Amino acid sequence: MIQLEKRPQPSKAWTVATPILAVILTMIFGGIMFSLIGTSPVEAIRTIFWDPLFHPQFAGFSRPQLLVKAGPLILIAIGLSIGFRAGIWNIGAEGQYIIGAICGAGAGLALYPMDSALILPLMIVAGALGGWAWAMIPAMLKVKFGTNEILVSLMLVYVAENLLASVSSGILRNPEGMGFPGSRNLSQWSSSQNLELIPNTGMHLGVLTAFIAVILAYVLLTRHIQGFNIRLTGEAPRAAKFAGVSPARTILFCLGLAGALAGMAGLFEVTGPAGQISIDFGSGYGFTAIIVAFLGRLHPVGILLAGLLMALTYIGGELAQLMLGVPGASIQLFQGMLLFFLLGVDVLTNYRVRIGKGELA
Amino acid sequence: MPDDLLRLSGLTKAYPGVVANDDVSFDIREGEIHALLGENGAGKSTLVKMIYGLVKPDKGTMTLRGAPYAPSEPSAARTSGVAMVFQHFSLFDALDVAENVALGMENPPPRHDLARQIREVSETYGLPLDPSRTVGTLSAGERQRVEIIRCLLQDPKLLIMDEPTSVLTPQEVEILFKTLRQLKAEGTAILYISHKLEEIRALCDHATVLRLGKKVATCTPAETTARAMAEMMIGSSFASPAAKHTTPGEVLLRVDNLAMPAPGAFGTPLRGISFELRAGEVLGFGGVAGNGQDELLLALSGERTTKRGTIWVKGADVSRDGPVDRRAAGFLTAPEERLGHAAAPNMSLTENAVLTAGRRQRLVKKGFINWGRADRFAQDVIKRFDVRTPGTHVAARALSGGNLQKFVIGREVAQNPDILIVNQPTWGVDAAAAAAIRQALLDLASQGAAILVVSQDLDELLEIADRFGALNEGRLSALKPVAQLNMEEIGLMMGGAHDMEATHVDA
Repeated sequence: MIQLEKRPQPSKAWTVATPILAVILTMIFGGIMFSLIGTSPVEAIRTIFWDPLFHPQFAGFSRPQLLVKAGPLILIAIGLSIGFRAGIWNIGAEGQYIIGAICGAGAGLALYPMDSALILPLMIVAGALGGWAWAMIPAMLKVKFGTNEILVSLMLVYVAENLLASVSSGILRNPEGMGFPGSRNLSQWSSSQNLELIPNTGMHLGVLTAFIAVILAYVLLTRHIQGFNIRLTGEAPRAAKFAGVSPARTILFCLGLAGALAGMAGLFEVTGPAGQISIDFGSGYGFTAIIVAFLGRLHPVGILLAGLLMALTYIGGELAQLMLGVPGASIQLFQGMLLFFLLGVDVLTNYRVRIGKGELA
Repeated sequence: MPDDLLRLSGLTKAYPGVVANDDVSFDIREGEIHALLGENGAGKSTLVKMIYGLVKPDKGTMTLRGAPYAPSEPSAARTSGVAMVFQHFSLFDALDVAENVALGMENPPPRHDLARQIREVSETYGLPLDPSRTVGTLSAGERQRVEIIRCLLQDPKLLIMDEPTSVLTPQEVEILFKTLRQLKAEGTAILYISHKLEEIRALCDHATVLRLGKKVATCTPAETTARAMAEMMIGSSFASPAAKHTTPGEVLLRVDNLAMPAPGAFGTPLRGISFELRAGEVLGFGGVAGNGQDELLLALSGERTTKRGTIWVKGADVSRDGPVDRRAAGFLTAPEERLGHAAAPNMSLTENAVLTAGRRQRLVKKGFINWGRADRFAQDVIKRFDVRTPGTHVAARALSGGNLQKFVIGREVAQNPDILIVNQPTWGVDAAAAAAIRQALLDLASQGAAILVVSQDLDELLEIADRFGALNEGRLSALKPVAQLNMEEIGLMMGGAHDMEATHVDA
């Protein structure tokens, strides 16, 4: 008999050890899966985890991709995690990301082809404001009418996607684009381009912003009363009210912050790696960031690592499909296993396992 | 030995860092009421959980009527004839009495039969209860009857009762005792846990005293004094709160025609509550649970704001202020529910200190928390109020109920409030600690603070309050000096709409 016994308090050691255990378990069971479909497990796992960083031929291309992919995931997930800590479930970051990109790009393109160093900062502010405003819709509705932010923020993703389709073939369409939908290329306009800060690293302004967000979020949650109030609201809503935390202000702060960060992530993407507003700009970062936030245990440092790990499995997964010809579904399954084990072994942080002494019948 | 119903020998249970029960052995005889005494954290809960199959002992054995008894889960215990009434009721507000009873049974009979059985049992044992009433509308005493009847329907040989009288009026206690004596006369043994030593003297045949997980004494309660039993529990003598005599000063808190709609489907609206609280005075509000105590606390703490002009602190209208501003004005409160309301269960004691003391103790500066200062404040509280904990880093939920109570009351007292409102300050706290908390409240009053104690423990109110009032369905009775009251009058002040007649049965 295996029994779970609740620990008096969460184990610190297991909080750190569970992600490592989960990765090992994923490697074992993923390896079994790969060998069942006729691929060498060692090779598959090496291709996913090792080759993107160290393969003599491919690493030069895929290593910078790690930061390019992890940057927006981390930036969005940090914003989401702060809301999740307070029990505010914003799952519409994808919409806030798209609207941020549209607003930022729109602000820049309105000034095209002016040449000024102030344009990119202006666009960043416009992007953040766009994402913030989009998140304020579920926030205000929740504060005023008690609507469910999960549903409202999610539905606004679909609204944002349709807006994106509309503007990329309408108001923001490149006049010199010969009728193709999509805006001017912002990464090729010197005033708006968000280039790599250090060549061949993938490190652009958005990645830097994500790292800064990690540090600020850590300070907020551990040192600042606002962060304390947020954690308190999530842990014990009634105790938070007793302490004097205003639920409405917490909702506005958390959704607004997540929206602004997602909006900035969208802006950095559209001025950098994506380059233009187009119908398929929405890449799912806003949804994947939810997973990243939980993988990182809603802790800023955890999110940093989870974002990098997620990015690695994406890049490594693509590489494995290319080099080993494994089906895409097997990669998704592999990523699913990683999530499953990460969330599953989390039980060890709060419970200890007792393997039964023989029971009296 | 046919005389012994349940024999415990050498029961031991250890949790990480603490031995909850260490080699505990005693016998419960057929048809006796056996008291289990001990301070908070002495191991009473763990022991009864082992008997009820919720926890498995590490060592030791039990025999029930001579046969080995090792229940692996509560249903096994119930099958063997052991039933338990918990301190916290496990009832669903939205379901009716019969449905709640059915949920706790292994094989509930059809509804019609069950309702008939409930009526029979309730008449036999003088516990008036209508099977079709919704539980949400019942008083605490009536809810307890649901739990008791649920146990009695299974015809137990041993009934375990954990702090059964803490939520009852004096009249309800009398009804309960009558029931318990009747059960005893019919041969049912009862294991009775309580902190109220006078009750134990009146009711119980034998008592076993636990201290720090070990059995330290046995006694015959009727032949010993409450004080002697309390000293067995704590292993030393302690001081009773010294009565204080201060003349009340200026009015610090004035509540003027305070009304508030019920917060939820099963809440109580507040109706026209008015009173004045003076410096140096201790005011006591009694009343059966669910008559507006929690709602009054919400309104006074600022968690729910009320109409302008209803709450005045030192002449200033604070009715629209939130908890933070009220605390800044020296107006502090401590709600009844420790876990989840007064304290955040998963947060450390240091973090829980910041919860209410952030501003008054200057633990927060320019928005940043000074954790060193917060930790020192938490340590002060722990030291001053003898909170038993390995340290300030421990999560609030890891503390026993009584110890956490000492912490959440101490946290407010240590902030030197001008006005302090406490709800059930010594609920579930052992005699020595309760005396210490009451003494702290009296000391605070003698330093010129105004104190309102809301409690269901009448002895407590009579001991420390200068004036007494009762809450009934959200109304406050006239306030009377405690010196002029007797138990009967108090019961009438509290009674009102709740029918306490033992003979009356709703059909």
